[in-house]
Amino acid sequence: MRIFIPLLIGVYFGIILVKSQVASWFRIQRMFHFEEAHMYLVLASAIAVGAVAILVIKRLGVHTIDGNVAQLKEKGIHKGVIAGGMLFGMGWVITGACPGPIFAQIGNGEWAALATFSGALVGAYLYAIARPRLPH
Amino acid sequence: MEPLPQPWPWYISGPLIGLTVPALLILSGKTFGISSSFRHFCSILSPRSKLAYLKENDWRAESWNLLFVAGIMVGAYLGGHVMTDGKIPLLPSHYYTESGILKLLFGGVLVGFGTRYADGCTSGHSITGISNLRWPSLVATICFFAGGLFMLAITEFIPS
Repeated sequence: MRIFIPLLIGVYFGIILVKSQVASWFRIQRMFHFEEAHMYLVLASAIAVGAVAILVIKRLGVHTIDGNVAQLKEKGIHKGVIAGGMLFGMGWVITGACPGPIFAQIGNGEWAALATFSGALVGAYLYAIARPRLPH
Repeated sequence: MEPLPQPWPWYISGPLIGLTVPALLILSGKTFGISSSFRHFCSILSPRSKLAYLKENDWRAESWNLLFVAGIMVGAYLGGHVMTDGKIPLLPSHYYTESGILKLLFGGVLVGFGTRYADGCTSGHSITGISNLRWPSLVATICFFAGGLFMLAITEFIPS
């Protein structure tokens, strides 16, 4: 049954993405135009709660359900974090969706988001092709 | 500005989103992130690919990620159609045109390429990474916003 836990947490996350309208193109536009603080406050409070939770988990040496020490994967810095990050930001403005919200938009019945998803797969495939030649 | 239905307030939405990180970590030992699913989908769709990035990707070992995004779709359906008293629009109607679909495709390519090149997106870098006090994730997040603002600056000068 444990393999279904990520599915359930996904359901939880999907509900919030829609209800908070983080998955809304309109909110993303208002965020980038600095017209409202909603998205910034959502992001900031999500990080604050996440940070406290991680701190507590580390301090108490909490174990995962499988009995391992709870540890997050850590990502390093390379040129792609900057270049790729900026390209993603450009796409984020156009589509009004970062990766989570793409799936939320599709689930919510916004079928045009299937175009965003298809594009994202093409983009990931192009990255797989270009990767050996790109600076990292 | 078009009128929109009221969202759940930030002080509820934000903390609930933040709790996804410890929930996934403790209940399934996984690190919250979404854009790696694009890589897994590509690996699945081209099983005989010779590209190292797809060939060396053990997507079966990471299949939790695919269940997670499937869950997001189910949750979004529930949030938008069951637990609701009205439709919550997530995309504007002008994207349901030929040029709109092309725009989404093009933007999607940037999202897919960019997040894979950057090793993560808003969930993996901005929420998980910064929560974990990883400075590379802060750099990534600043770049996400810099790219977005740059795109806006371009589109202000080029009428669509």
